[in-house]
Amino acid sequence: MELAYTAEEEEFRAGLRAWLAEVLPALPPRPDPLDWPARRAYDMGWQRRLYDAGYAGLNWPKDAGGQDVTPTQQLIFLEETEAAGAPYVGAGFVGLLHAGPTIAAEGSPEQRARWLPPILRGEQVWCQGFSEPDAGSDLAALRTRAVRDGDSYVVSGSKIWTSHAEVADWCELLVRTDPEAPRHAGISWLALPMDAPGVTVRPLRTLAGSREFAEVFLDEVRVPVANRVGAENDGWRVTMVTLSFERGTAFVGEVVACRRTLRLLAGRAKENGRWDDPVLRRRLGRLHAEFTALWRLIQWNVSEAAHARRRGGSGVPGPGGSVFKLRYSHARQELYDAAADVLGPGALDLDEEWTRERLSSLSYTIAAGTSQIQHNIVAERLLGLPKGR
Amino acid sequence: MDFRLSDDQEALRRGMRELLAARFGPEALRAAVDGAETAGAEAAGGVAGEGTAGERAPGARTAGGGGPCRGVVDRRLWRELGEAGFFALRVPEAAGGVGLGLPEAVLVFEEAGRALLPGPLVATHLAATHRGGDGAEAVPGAAEGRAVVTALEPDGAPLVEHWADADAVLVPEGEGVGVAAPGVVRALPVRAVDPLTPLHWVSGGRPAAVAACGAGAGVLCREAALLTAAQQLGSAWRTLELAVGHARTREQFGRPVGAFQAVQHLCAGMLVRAETARAAVYAAAVTGDEAETCAAKLLADEAAGANARDCLQVHGGMGFTWEAEVHLHLKRAWLRGSQWRTAVAAEEQLAEALLSPRL
Ligand SMILES: Cc1cc2nc3c(=O)[nH]c(=O)nc-3n(C[C@H](O)[C@H](O)[C@H](O)COP(=O)(O)OP(=O)(O)OC[C@H]3O[C@@H](n4cnc5c(N)ncnc54)[C@H](O)[C@@H]3O)c2cc1C
Repeated sequence: MELAYTAEEEEFRAGLRAWLAEVLPALPPRPDPLDWPARRAYDMGWQRRLYDAGYAGLNWPKDAGGQDVTPTQQLIFLEETEAAGAPYVGAGFVGLLHAGPTIAAEGSPEQRARWLPPILRGEQVWCQGFSEPDAGSDLAALRTRAVRDGDSYVVSGSKIWTSHAEVADWCELLVRTDPEAPRHAGISWLALPMDAPGVTVRPLRTLAGSREFAEVFLDEVRVPVANRVGAENDGWRVTMVTLSFERGTAFVGEVVACRRTLRLLAGRAKENGRWDDPVLRRRLGRLHAEFTALWRLIQWNVSEAAHARRRGGSGVPGPGGSVFKLRYSHARQELYDAAADVLGPGALDLDEEWTRERLSSLSYTIAAGTSQIQHNIVAERLLGLPKGR
Repeated sequence: MDFRLSDDQEALRRGMRELLAARFGPEALRAAVDGAETAGAEAAGGVAGEGTAGERAPGARTAGGGGPCRGVVDRRLWRELGEAGFFALRVPEAAGGVGLGLPEAVLVFEEAGRALLPGPLVATHLAATHRGGDGAEAVPGAAEGRAVVTALEPDGAPLVEHWADADAVLVPEGEGVGVAAPGVVRALPVRAVDPLTPLHWVSGGRPAAVAACGAGAGVLCREAALLTAAQQLGSAWRTLELAVGHARTREQFGRPVGAFQAVQHLCAGMLVRAETARAAVYAAAVTGDEAETCAAKLLADEAAGANARDCLQVHGGMGFTWEAEVHLHLKRAWLRGSQWRTAVAAEEQLAEALLSPRL
């Protein structure tokens, strides 16, 4: 049990800090959070800087253009960039954390050469077209059809909740290529160019007022067969590679940010007198325990992943990530509920950042697998309980 | 960074688990509970408990049996624990100890909590660990398991565990910690809720110290909180294991009850609590940090208490019986939750820490 970082890890941290101190003051001002094209430009600009400095694709394999650093260095990167107030991966999320790693793991050499470098250089934005109106938690119920026609698939159907669809160049799309096969055995993974004829994006407004996700309608869209990653009808397995990345270290920066927010909350409560309420104080105290433990749980999971990797494993976290996500998504909602308690009337003012965060925190128990689904995963895959219904 | 158990730590934990399985498995636990009941009934029937002379603690309405007010510590087992290094774990090798640290102590206490091992383990371990300034043992024999040591808490909390068994008592006073003989103070037996943890109500002021323990009161309380949390953690794992075991085998409506989602989600929630508490407890053991220890205690108390309740629920009617192990975990969890840092104290301390500049 060792929490101290090795000399090599500290060296990595020091180098990163020095670079951040140099580059952050030169960044352009943050864009309006509701202006997605501006956000895209900003996020891609940051990715380009990371690329030039050798920090792009840290957790990607070397032969995919990544740095293949250890899980611990990845943790340090996320911790330090957040602590320094650097931009978050933002619109690069799907490319860097889902689609890219999938292509790196399952794509042909040509596919890797075609799609991976532009992701690393911050030139192309990907979105994730998995969910459909009738296929949410039950993703394998997806119905978007892809019919083979010569060198192309003709794709028709609709996707929903597609984050960043409005500003994306590519979509990692799950389609049904064999409607006769058992549900999981008839799915394929396609790279869909978002500007292809027949693709219509209709933004949806979130309860926070933002247009961060959209419906994507596909009307006889022709997608070259060369855009299929993995074998035909093997898309479910290919997808699982992606999903296990999603449940990995994706929340490291956010936990760092939550811990900072908690201190700011205490400071604000002290200023406005709410601190005198022992119920509020105890609530903040418990959240302090919660986020301390979540940070340590990240370090625990990262250490396990690093250990598995040293033994030749992939370093990709397994279903253990579900435990973290369950606890974290709940804690984040509690944090911003407590923030509302500190703010008092300010909790109804959308100009307060914490009010907006309170709203967006509501998606955490839904997106990337609802809490109920995470409980199912924990019960069946970690505890070995019989398959439920 | 390598925040996981080393091979040596795994081996230590396995060794302790095996020792306890052999010496204090579920059968022995049951026998100890029965033994304590008989002793309690005898004591209430007129066989005087140590210095109690038939008096009752405030609030006690009847002198009826049930709660144990005589000793429950099995001295032979205590010595075996001593020989296995349970108490001398952190005593330097040069002084005849095992020479390990808090993380290792946490692992063996986790195992003790899992087995519901009775006795004032924390106080005896701390008495063995913290020698006086001259290197003299604070309580001779504590390290070898020849002495049984209990402790009073600093803020004047009136309840003390295993008083009748104790050869010595640690008494935090101001900054320091004294060692006193238990006999000199009037202590009245309580009909304790946990059948294996007799409690006394110390009413006659605090005993005068006759020797000094090497630790300051701050260190003693912090380590006591951490080791108590470790026991809670072990209990939380055990109730999870019991619940999952029952859910897999008990059938209703033609299938194991563990196939019902409502039951599955209770069990999944138990794992989430145990894993979160584990991260907090182990981290506090590594850093020795005050706020982290509060977090560890708070989350381990929560995990032990809530997991025992959920375990009880998963067991149905069986869970409400004296026979099932689960009530013993719940009662012990309540007791441990009241010791060394209550939720109120931990939360207030953690809140205060949010205001101090970050290290
Ligand atoms: C902010 C946000 C961004 C998103 N971004 C994307 C994206 O970029 N790409 C994409 O493909 N998807 C995206 N999603 C979709 C997300 O993955 C789905 O919303 C999620 O998987 C749940 O599906 P659903 O909305 O259809 O709810 P449903 O599956 O209909 O669930 C409704 C309710 O039923 C419960 N439920 C369902 N099945 C079970 C079961 N077996 N056991 C117990 N309870 C059950 C659920 O927990 C939930 O409470 C996003 C969602 C959000 C909120």
